Amino acid sequence: MKAGKKRARISSASKKSAPKKSATRLPAILRNVAGADDVRFVDLTQTLAPDFPTIVLPPEMGPCRPFRMEEISRYDDRGPAWYWNNVSFGEHTGTHFDAPIHWISGRDRPNNSVDTVPIEHFIAPACVIDCSEEAKADADFLLTVRNIEAFEKRHGRIGAGSWVLMRTDWSKRSDPVAYQNLDDTGQHTPGPSADCVRFLVTERDVLGFGTETIGTDAGQAAHFTPPYPCHHYMHGAGKYGLQCLCNLDLLPPTGALIVAAPLKILQGSGSPLRVFAIVPQR
Amino acid sequence: MPKAAKRPQRKNPLLRTRLPTLPPAARSRVALGLTAAAARGRFALQACPDCGAVQYPPSEVCRKCLSQRLAWRAQDGGGELLTETTLRTAQELFFRERLPWRIGIVRLDAGVNVVAYLHHNVDAAPCRVRVEASLDRAGQAALIAVPQQRRADLSDDPKLREMTCDPRGRKILVTDGKSAVAQALVRALSAAGAELIWVGEAEPWKKDEGLESLRELPQVSIVLVDVTDSQAVRQLAGEIGAKVDILVNTADLHRTFSIATRRGVETAQQEMDVNYFGLLRLAQEFAPVLKARAADGPANAVAWVNLLSIFALSNYPPHSTYSASKAAAFSLSQALRADLLPAGVRVINVFPGPIDDEWDQLEMPPKLAPAALAAAIVAALKGSVEDVYPGDVAQDWLARHLDNPKALERELGESAT
Repeated sequence: MKAGKKRARISSASKKSAPKKSATRLPAILRNVAGADDVRFVDLTQTLAPDFPTIVLPPEMGPCRPFRMEEISRYDDRGPAWYWNNVSFGEHTGTHFDAPIHWISGRDRPNNSVDTVPIEHFIAPACVIDCSEEAKADADFLLTVRNIEAFEKRHGRIGAGSWVLMRTDWSKRSDPVAYQNLDDTGQHTPGPSADCVRFLVTERDVLGFGTETIGTDAGQAAHFTPPYPCHHYMHGAGKYGLQCLCNLDLLPPTGALIVAAPLKILQGSGSPLRVFAIVPQR
Repeated sequence: MPKAAKRPQRKNPLLRTRLPTLPPAARSRVALGLTAAAARGRFALQACPDCGAVQYPPSEVCRKCLSQRLAWRAQDGGGELLTETTLRTAQELFFRERLPWRIGIVRLDAGVNVVAYLHHNVDAAPCRVRVEASLDRAGQAALIAVPQQRRADLSDDPKLREMTCDPRGRKILVTDGKSAVAQALVRALSAAGAELIWVGEAEPWKKDEGLESLRELPQVSIVLVDVTDSQAVRQLAGEIGAKVDILVNTADLHRTFSIATRRGVETAQQEMDVNYFGLLRLAQEFAPVLKARAADGPANAVAWVNLLSIFALSNYPPHSTYSASKAAAFSLSQALRADLLPAGVRVINVFPGPIDDEWDQLEMPPKLAPAALAAAIVAALKGSVEDVYPGDVAQDWLARHLDNPKALERELGESAT
């Protein structure tokens, strides 16, 4: 009864701004959660802080600005009764969302920037593939099609429109040096192989790919064919990316619902955002 | 090791931290010519182009022929100490706290008598001496007589040492250790006897072997700070601000773009954020506590060093946004100097020409070696100057700038095409 009310409210709200089809699709996604007796909320977001690292590029290139906060006033002569800050950051700072326009392969996709991405995509189911052991053994671990097939054998086929989240426990590296894991040959962090990304896009029609590392691609992905395959294929097909996620170890392999709504930035290529999961308890 | 240079005893925490007193600072506008030369480590007096007479004290007209065309000329300072006395009583608070104080009258070979402080190595009058102009704690030129033959550093004299910012025994913050210049500087400060050197590290995930190698120095401790992060600067000032005797701001972001070769303002904003706003953040957090400790015993807060660039004087169009950010920093450093001077804390600005590093790769030699720049900074601290133009290129640009700033602007403009 209660759940039914909730469902009705959500669909009527979405009618105002979303295409008609979402009015039928959203409740379908929410059914599991709304029907559950009990749910758990899991925050998948890193705190935006000045010392959280951003992606490293050669210094002559344009870098992503790290998060910065400047105080406007704190109950003082600049504003006697109020405390507030001005903040600045690149679109790809902290836990953030990549829109298709971020990559050159997605530049001509329809609705490819954060202000035009269909809002019904902001709530979607997640398949969480546990690669934590492999990433622990090999920082350059690559997720392959075989890993996907093994996951599906145990947990069922990855549904169209799902997030695929690669759990590596990389977010547990609280030391930013270990988190970046740079050496003279660049960054060493796990990610998906080119074949794996192509498979997820063409064979499974996923919503996007999410990681705990600083990018959706592996640290060494500049040397892959094509370079940065996750960006290349995902965004080329209008799919999304989520990175710098945390707490993926608290999610079940399937069944969690992900809420990930980027800021509505005109022509924005991405944005920091609050990502959380709703996990039905069985 | 000279007596004055021993590591000072630890402060008695029960005693009040005394406030600084300054030597008399009033000068006529024309007398500031002495200060202008002393700020660069030179002793200059006016000379008359009509009759050749050298002037002292500084004057509007020639003491011999009343010519108004007096011009400042460098002096070698050689002369005879005619007579001397030791002050044992004084009305000025500065001298009262430091009595007895030895002064004398020197007959310069240039033909004028000057009153000078006597270095403690100077023999009893009469004897040959050399007169130097040094900046005192008020930032004004003071004449010092030193032995003509023997080497005599100000820091060897327990009283005149105050006119220097000698790093020996002092605790020093170098704000960013990730450059060849900063690393050479930390080594030079260590060799000069610094007691403790904090070396700032930003973005620790970008490993820098040169910075890592500084850990082998016993005085060095590496601290996390990024001058673009206000909270980080505030936190560091809270943790160590009350111990810093000398702050050297080496944080520098140098990109080699002109107006036309970099689209947008993002790179220029980064340069401003490090080179200008970084200095502002440091100044807001560290300057108040430096001022408060300006008379804190023999290991007091004495100096603030800014690593600027000769491009701050006149824009070098191939590096135009960098030049602008350094000009902004230079401008702010003047305000910082005005703020710190009343406490007797010296702001030393260093204006190197192109440095032999990554970002000046395409500049033609001569380029300043990082170790040479570091040596110039340490020499400035050991001496009593506030403007340093190390190397041939900086000296050349400075001379052209002083001679005709418009000509330099045009000459540098041509280098852009």
